[in-house]
Amino acid sequence: MSDRHIVKSYDRDLEGIQALIMKMGGLVEAAILEAANSLDNRDEEAAERVRANDKVIDALEDQVNQACARMLALRQPSAGDLRTVLSVMKISSNLERVGDYAKNMGKRTGVLVQMSPIEGASGAIRRMAKVVERMLKDALDAYIQRDAELAQDVRMRDHEVDQMYNALFREFLTFMMEDPRNITACMHLHFIAKNIERMGDHVTGIAEQVIYLVTGAMPEDDRPKADQTATAAPSAP
Amino acid sequence: MYDTPFLERNIVTQEVKISARDCQVHYGDNHAIKDVNVDIEDKTVTAFIGPSGCGKSTFLRCLNRMNDTIDICRVEGRITLDGEDIYDPKVDPVQLRAKVGMVFQKPNPFPKSIYDNVAYGPKIHGLARSKAELDEIVEKALRRGAIWDEVKDRLTAPGTGLSGGQQQRLCIARAVATEPEVLLMDEPCSALDPIATAQVEELIDELREQYSVVIVTHSMQQAARVSQKTAFFHMGSLVEFGETGQIFTNPRDPRTESYITGRIG
Repeated sequence: MSDRHIVKSYDRDLEGIQALIMKMGGLVEAAILEAANSLDNRDEEAAERVRANDKVIDALEDQVNQACARMLALRQPSAGDLRTVLSVMKISSNLERVGDYAKNMGKRTGVLVQMSPIEGASGAIRRMAKVVERMLKDALDAYIQRDAELAQDVRMRDHEVDQMYNALFREFLTFMMEDPRNITACMHLHFIAKNIERMGDHVTGIAEQVIYLVTGAMPEDDRPKADQTATAAPSAP
Repeated sequence: MYDTPFLERNIVTQEVKISARDCQVHYGDNHAIKDVNVDIEDKTVTAFIGPSGCGKSTFLRCLNRMNDTIDICRVEGRITLDGEDIYDPKVDPVQLRAKVGMVFQKPNPFPKSIYDNVAYGPKIHGLARSKAELDEIVEKALRRGAIWDEVKDRLTAPGTGLSGGQQQRLCIARAVATEPEVLLMDEPCSALDPIATAQVEELIDELREQYSVVIVTHSMQQAARVSQKTAFFHMGSLVEFGETGQIFTNPRDPRTESYITGRIG
């Protein structure tokens, strides 16, 4: 199949919405890393920047939605083009959610720097965020390269994030049981860890859109899930 | 996207109305249709799409033996209507064409009154026993052609005096007047405005409750809107045939994808 449309402006429109997605993806990747680093470095200013930058991500999502609505109305895309537009719409909403979680991390960091640090927690969170950021980067690369295998690999890696979240969940429970003065900080840290775990789910959603875009079908196999905290109870002290 | 057809597109029957096996058409030395195998279902709209000169109209014309009128044209293979070979020497092409009606790209009303244009077919096939019955058939056909309201006060005026779009709807009315079992439409809307096109599309959707409709169209959007099955022809071959929703969201063949997305294929 030829890559190019007979009507060249059609290609420009399609490239335009995909460029917007990539721009959005780049900003979201940066937001994840900066949010995690600002927590680890107890850097209030950096955390505030993450919060402020989320407006740019939200504005990009609006722009993507408008451009997609326009494409649907004016070009009536079909087959692979249609799947491109549909996947762009879903990916942009996934990215927007990931951006919101990063923003929320920034907010909580603003509170956490006022308290005494919980030993080892911010480093573990930074490592977890790094894993999710790599997943997002690979999902976006898979998108650009139309690489369903890489996307499938990203899906499978969410397992790792879930396990990291489980470990942190238990750790925070232990800290809170040890000393109730840790509860406020641990609750904030726990929400941050949960946010990152949710980011992983959204990145998995993006990877699934890539598979849909390339193959025309959503993956039907169950991916491994390792978040067991929904049924966890503290053991008696 | 799954292959489940949209709810309103549910195909009511899987019964095969027309079946073609190893169909070949030659115009002199030109091999225009190559090994086409297709089953056209009853009570279903089937769209033929493909670039100009791909053979879709030629194949459509095989289905009611319109190619018989071209001397250098040779049709091979087996085409059946309800299981009976339509190229059997016993088959009278005129009777066949009463069962398999056709609407052409260019409106071609007879140089007669609007009324007579529609009444002609039912008259020669003896479908009406009285003038009143014939009047009824004509009105019903003109209504189905979505043109009744525009012509009811001037049924004696010549059909050729109508506008292009009206003439085309008159021709559709003429084609449905004999109550065919299959209706072949060769680009029926290419000369119509969007309103008349929508009326014809609505008509096609109504017709499929009773008939099998096969439509050749250059408008992909039209094929997507009106058909339940789509066949893509390219260079004389049937490249892909499948459920319309599948063809337009996830075609199997890269040539189909190139064509329907407007790329050079």
